Amino acid sequence: MAKKATAKPAGVTLTIDGQELTVPVGTTLLQAAQGAGTEVPHYCYHPGLSSPAMCRLCLVEVEGAPKLLPSCTTTVSDGQVVHTQSDDATRMRQGVLEFYLLNHPLDCPICDQSGECDLQDYVFAEGREHGRGREAKRVFGRDDLGGDILFYGDRCVMCTRCVRFMNEIEEKPLLTVVERGNRAVIDTFFDEGLEKSDWAGNVVDICPVGALVSKDFLHKARAWDLEHTPSICPNCSQGCNIDLHTRDNLVHRMKPRINLEVNGHWICDYGRGRYEWLNRGDRLEVPVMNAEGRNTAMSWTTALEALKVRIGALRKSSVKAVVSPFWSNEDLGAVSRLVETLGGGSIVFRSARAEEEVVLQGYEGLARRKALAPNGQGAELLGCTRVGDDLGQGGLEDLMDHEGVVLVLGDALDDQPEDFAPNAGLVLYLGAYTSSALASVDFQLPVTTFAEQEGTFTNHAGRVQRFWPALSGPGAARPAWLVLGALVGALQGEDGPNTAEKAFDLVAQAIKSYKGLDYETIGAQGGPSGAPVPVPVPGD
Amino acid sequence: MGYPYSHEKEVPIISEHFGDPEARTLEGWKARGGYEALKKALDMSPEDVVEIVKASGLRGRGGAGFPTGLKWSFMPKDKAKPHYLLCNADESEPGTFKDREVLRWVPHLLIEGCVIAAYAMGAEHVYIYCRGEFFEATQVLAKAVEDAYADGILGDDVLGSGQKIDVTVFAGAGAYICGEETGLMSSLEGRRGEPRVKPPFPAAVGAFGMPTTINNVETLAAIPPIVRNGGEWYRQWGTEESPGTKLFCVSGHVNRPGNYELPLGFPLKDLIYEVCCGMVEDRPLKAVIPGGSSVALLSAEEAENCSLSYEGVIEAGSMLGCASVIVMDETTDIVHQVARMASFYAHESCGQCTPCREGTAWVTTILKRIEDGRGTEDDLDTLVEVTDQMIGTTICVLSDSVAPPVQSSIEKFRDEYLALIRRGERVGAA
Repeated sequence: MAKKATAKPAGVTLTIDGQELTVPVGTTLLQAAQGAGTEVPHYCYHPGLSSPAMCRLCLVEVEGAPKLLPSCTTTVSDGQVVHTQSDDATRMRQGVLEFYLLNHPLDCPICDQSGECDLQDYVFAEGREHGRGREAKRVFGRDDLGGDILFYGDRCVMCTRCVRFMNEIEEKPLLTVVERGNRAVIDTFFDEGLEKSDWAGNVVDICPVGALVSKDFLHKARAWDLEHTPSICPNCSQGCNIDLHTRDNLVHRMKPRINLEVNGHWICDYGRGRYEWLNRGDRLEVPVMNAEGRNTAMSWTTALEALKVRIGALRKSSVKAVVSPFWSNEDLGAVSRLVETLGGGSIVFRSARAEEEVVLQGYEGLARRKALAPNGQGAELLGCTRVGDDLGQGGLEDLMDHEGVVLVLGDALDDQPEDFAPNAGLVLYLGAYTSSALASVDFQLPVTTFAEQEGTFTNHAGRVQRFWPALSGPGAARPAWLVLGALVGALQGEDGPNTAEKAFDLVAQAIKSYKGLDYETIGAQGGPSGAPVPVPVPGD
Repeated sequence: MGYPYSHEKEVPIISEHFGDPEARTLEGWKARGGYEALKKALDMSPEDVVEIVKASGLRGRGGAGFPTGLKWSFMPKDKAKPHYLLCNADESEPGTFKDREVLRWVPHLLIEGCVIAAYAMGAEHVYIYCRGEFFEATQVLAKAVEDAYADGILGDDVLGSGQKIDVTVFAGAGAYICGEETGLMSSLEGRRGEPRVKPPFPAAVGAFGMPTTINNVETLAAIPPIVRNGGEWYRQWGTEESPGTKLFCVSGHVNRPGNYELPLGFPLKDLIYEVCCGMVEDRPLKAVIPGGSSVALLSAEEAENCSLSYEGVIEAGSMLGCASVIVMDETTDIVHQVARMASFYAHESCGQCTPCREGTAWVTTILKRIEDGRGTEDDLDTLVEVTDQMIGTTICVLSDSVAPPVQSSIEKFRDEYLALIRRGERVGAA
């Protein structure tokens, strides 16, 4: 009876459009086709949600099946031969697309989704040249669903992604389908709207057409005019991966960027809505030195030379630094090195904290965290201590009698009096904005925000994640790591780092849990430091 | 007995006591031999009960005609999860009114059939899903269930056998789509009445996620006589492929519309001219819909030679469906009738699947436009093509149901459409 042990096949081998491929058991035909580079059109399927197989757009021909099968719910089986582009399949898709256009208003010229609309894309790719519908179109009009969400019922394709998001992911069933047949429409329950949701912005993202749109973004920009830059949401310590959508050097909106280990497909409304500060116009644009009671603008060369002289004279006196957790690891690391070079001292940061986390029930590990800054964890790993209250204020009383150097990065000290450090030998501020407290400090040096430079944040779980410059900094603003690195270099008679990557390498050398990390290993999805972050799989 | 009319050619097995108020009561039902079949079944093994039903060749009476015994055998044998039996009493196919009569006149026959079926499949709970509009029928049934509980026929110890079988009467809210088996399950669970994707099939994942079988009222009502008399007995009627008797709901332009229980394979011609006593005012026959509104129309010539069995009607070019025979004479405006049917489907589409949601409404507006005299000849091609796109592309078959009446009417009564489109001529416009 000794049977030769045969190795279990690692997956299922099937043929899609003539291409043979092996995929894991349980993969759907749609996913398998995606893997093979074929995008099967679909609306109701979304990788983060359940699949009701109701849009009927993803029907494909499977040899041996009596009729076309929905590729989003049909799982692969060995030896399956699938045709996504057969006559039957394409004719059917064309038919379904024609059905979609029957009542669609085709108001693309005034629709925010235009340019990133699946209906536009699919119809352009595969639709009929001329529709046969001559009947009057059904009109639902526009409805305010509450919060930031507007609903244009006429554009809706009834994929119900939004309803399923609210039911399955946020687990707050605030949306539903009312009526049936072609009178069916998405709606809220009576007077309860999406203002009761903390994650409603996601329904705009997953809406494949322009039915659900953001009031904030309404008619602000055309999709094709926006540049997308991978970044990290700066509004809490979760570190959600986002894209910053910019035009004319302004951030127009933030959209989630898929990272199954951090935020899946989602971001919260709190984070999504807080990007305007990146567009502030009242920026520090040139280095300013205060000499004999007068602020004088100057070039970086002059300013750094003067600074080197002033700060060199104060060497070996202790440094008190105040940093902002909105600045990158590279920037904070440079502060840390400068403090060390000058003979040591303390680094503190202030950070607002919310009372409660805002948890997304249906996605493990995702919440709007209590710490309302992106890099508090990075600051702590660099030896910074959090001070002040939960509004991010106070806590700087010991600057009053400090006699050495006071170094401030990023924190504009809005809550502080002008004489917050009356006895300091030197007050050096590097930041994006100024304030009354900073009006007569010795140096005000303009630096870029995270959106204007390359760098990394470390999220609450210790995951180091990169972001890229989405905007150009104003005037002479430079990344703080570059400025401080140059200063440290000048004090030590060597060159500072000239790329963010090198600046990060210096940080990585200094911190044990960053060991082995560099920009390449971190990549676009972030690198773990310490314990690996569990990977939640949606639908599991 | 028959109700309201009977005919000598009928074979009243299910309809024997239609119109007899005493048969509704538990006492009256027992006096007529009620619950003897259940006692007999409880003395047999569940497998043997399934075998009898298989041997009878009984096919599902809800429309699809799937062999009932085979369907029962799909239920998993292990009892790891509760098993459910659903009785589909959401009779809503236009032209159908047979299940209502079973509920009204012989509720205990249905209950007996349900309990036997539940025993055969190891189901511990039976839900009878009644159409929302069936107020009277639902009340009669609910009373019968109450009496059956009081008499120990239902509950924890069915007739002292130790079997636990519960029956719940559930009133729907009145939606055609809830007669579709998975739509019914969604509705029963308290959700929107929306059909679900198959697979998984109900026998694996059905109502409340448990193994479930769903049978039509008439199917379950046929079980007690079959169990009492055996499978071979049932096969003395009907044809090899369509054994037994069937309730035919005849409506339209006949002198005696009503329910008639006839052996399958009965000639359609005889049903109209003998059993139903001919056409109203002897007007010529124009068309017959043999199986409810979702099947193809038969022209008068096709109806002439049609045999009313599952295979016979297919041969004639349509489907037996649930044997709802709608007879139309020459005064019938076919375009109007088809438009009316299409508007029914547009109204009843649940709206999940795009081809159905948009297609049913589109077909209806085109037909209405033609009816209003604003049609073009192109519209006929569009109708055929659009309905083609609605076949086999959706979760359930509501969408598919629109195509047969539309396409067959255009094929068989094209002249009538063209007369209306070209010259504004209507049939029976009065």
